[in-house]
Amino acid sequence: MSSPSAKLGWKDIPMGGVSWKLSDESKTGDWRGELKPVLDNEKCTACLFCWIYCPDAAILWDGEKVTIKYDYCKGCGICEKECPFDAIAMKKE
Amino acid sequence: MAVNLKELSKKEELLASGHSLCSGCAAPIVVRQVLKAVEGKPIITNSTGCLEVATSIYPFTAWRTPWIHTAFENAAANASGIAAMLKVYEKRGELKERPHVIAFSGDGGTFDIGFQALSGAFERGHNYLHVLYDNEAYMNTGIQRSGGTPHGAWTTTSQTGKAVPGKQEWKKPIARIMVEHNAPYVATVSPAYWQDLITKVRKGLAVDGPAFIHAIAPCPRGWRTPSNESVELARLAVQTCIFPLWECENGDYKLSAPSMPYVKRPERKKPIIDYLKAQGRFRHLFRPERPEIIERIQKHVDKEWGIILKRAGLT
Amino acid sequence: MSVTQKVEGLNGDEAVAYAVKQCNVDLVAAYPITPQTIIVEKLSEYVSNGEVDLEFVTVESEHSAMSACIGAAAVGGRIFTATASAGLALMHEMNYVAASHRLPIVMAVCNRALSGPINIHVDHSDSMGERDSSWLQIFSENPQEVYDNMIQAYRIAEDSSVQLPCMVLLDGFVVSHTMQDVAVLSDEVVNEFVGRRKLPFINIMGKSVPYKLDVENPLTMGPLALYDYYFEHKRQQEEAMKNAKDVIVKMNDEFARLTGRKIGDGLIQPHRMEDADMALICLGSTAGTTRTVVNELRRKGVRVGLVKVRSFRPFPAREIIDAVKGVKAVGVLDRSGAYGAVGGPLFNEIRSTLYDCDERPFVVDYIYGLGGRDMHPTLIKEVYDDLERIVKSGTVKQTLKFVGVR
Repeated sequence: MSSPSAKLGWKDIPMGGVSWKLSDESKTGDWRGELKPVLDNEKCTACLFCWIYCPDAAILWDGEKVTIKYDYCKGCGICEKECPFDAIAMKKE
Repeated sequence: MAVNLKELSKKEELLASGHSLCSGCAAPIVVRQVLKAVEGKPIITNSTGCLEVATSIYPFTAWRTPWIHTAFENAAANASGIAAMLKVYEKRGELKERPHVIAFSGDGGTFDIGFQALSGAFERGHNYLHVLYDNEAYMNTGIQRSGGTPHGAWTTTSQTGKAVPGKQEWKKPIARIMVEHNAPYVATVSPAYWQDLITKVRKGLAVDGPAFIHAIAPCPRGWRTPSNESVELARLAVQTCIFPLWECENGDYKLSAPSMPYVKRPERKKPIIDYLKAQGRFRHLFRPERPEIIERIQKHVDKEWGIILKRAGLT
Repeated sequence: MSVTQKVEGLNGDEAVAYAVKQCNVDLVAAYPITPQTIIVEKLSEYVSNGEVDLEFVTVESEHSAMSACIGAAAVGGRIFTATASAGLALMHEMNYVAASHRLPIVMAVCNRALSGPINIHVDHSDSMGERDSSWLQIFSENPQEVYDNMIQAYRIAEDSSVQLPCMVLLDGFVVSHTMQDVAVLSDEVVNEFVGRRKLPFINIMGKSVPYKLDVENPLTMGPLALYDYYFEHKRQQEEAMKNAKDVIVKMNDEFARLTGRKIGDGLIQPHRMEDADMALICLGSTAGTTRTVVNELRRKGVRVGLVKVRSFRPFPAREIIDAVKGVKAVGVLDRSGAYGAVGGPLFNEIRSTLYDCDERPFVVDYIYGLGGRDMHPTLIKEVYDDLERIVKSGTVKQTLKFVGVR
């Protein structure tokens, strides 16, 4: 049978052109250039500004600490710029 | 209801990661903030443009909420049909809970080609929220000028050169125009001021009728700015008063908190030159220097700011 | 035996509105344009009198009309709209989208010439401009057929093997504004015949969900499909069109059992074709005029016949081949122009259909009636005379001719 990444035929795709995969399968983290945001948990006060400003929802707050989803982070640097506590720095990968 | 980020973080991301919007694009920042303000899942109509194209590349979708795109100029007309049909279900008692209906369109799909449908939807008074994410040009097709492009900006169809220095026309005051449709609620928002944005979206959704929200959405590619400055620019737009934040409920204008400091202490208002020199699309105003254009722009900013202050009863 | 029907004096537009009233339509979004205006005015009357429970959205343009229809159908409603000419042209972009979104919207189109010059009378140029949009196109000869077609349209469009929008066509003014004794069914009978719209189910992310915008099962409708998937979606539409032929035939039979009325086999309606030497093929009200000419000529012993095409999309190629067996010369009456094509749209379909036949008649195109130019019986007789000359001479000099132009 065809490999999982093979394209489907007209008989197999749902009617009406409705999408059938969530975009989180697309790891946009590979868009990043040289720099990636690194969080200093000591300085972080969990104000969540980085979370609300991230265009890619790549920053998570689980109730205890802030983490960065590098699978999706495009390296735009907005989080570093907006952090009021200088807790994020764009560093070479 | 207070706007608490930790509370909001508990809500599922209705715009998932993995979409193809540019690194540093403010449109998804606006959309994420809007969706955080909504209770439950809204039905979204989205006109053709950056947001639509980059979030729905078949067979993928970044939307965890019902979403439909049909064409460029008709997000408001699609929304009209949806809102009207939901009314039918409601009347018949077939709806457990009426979902919110939100139309997202860019400046193309709102100021220009989308204006007719928008105007018609508001005249008919459908119950929906129209959110304009304004990146000030037809960005998706390659940065062509729109009715929302500011005076003096470079775009690919308002190029700068010896003969003509960028766009000659002025930005269409779309939010004021929507106020004149007797819309129950109209507001301007900036993603830099998320508390103000989320509060206003909630107000717009609470209205039984059409509501309009104009969001400034800086675009690193089209504005020729670094990807990490989009939020800062959305803040600077408010601080220079080129994009004042206000709301208008049933004709009563009210200036919003982020813009208030510039009324009480006008000396704190930043000069427009700060905003212009931060963006590559205005670079031709500085090399060589075109002070007369910058002055013209400052005068216009002051005039428009004055209009809002007058309507809000602050002069 | 067929059910009781009462007779109402209705013109084509009124017949449309009457049928919509009975068909459990949830929402209408429409913009007025001559000669469709009576449809929207009548619907507004019904709504304001409380005679029908439907949401009537008075949109600000035809483009928004189809857009609103798509939105409303996407959340699960049974939707109707109507237009003509420039209005149909204005919604052109959205027509393709309604079809590709597989929404069974029914639209009455009062065939009217496209500008310019601006003209309010009948020709088929407007709907011919939509023939590639993947909409079903069912032509009506008179107000009775309009009523019958409207009721069947929902069943055809909503069939699980079809799920395509359907245009019911009626000639502007000639049918839309001309009154006929129309036998109408009772509300209850029509309600039962059409039922309520049943949504198809699709398989998404491992779940079988109803095809509608719903917070319970969020769907993304109208994504960007690049060169790797666009073609497959259009192939699906081709298949649906193919399936529609059987459904149209089936509905015609079912409706006949109910009312005692059928239109040919559902796809075409031949008249005196069994031993015809010359035949005309046409769409719409001209079929009625042509039928009287056929009867008159037959009384004189001339072996002529007529094939009325009811379903233009999907095109009944097989049925046409069978109907014209043995015919020596076929004249195609096209009520829209060729403008550089070998002939008008109907001619091109017929020519293409008959190409592979072992024995082929002469096929000649007669473009007529543009902008409402009257197609008088004498002109039709002249066409049959022309076909007779062609048969006698055994040659055709010109395959594209114009009838009734000075």
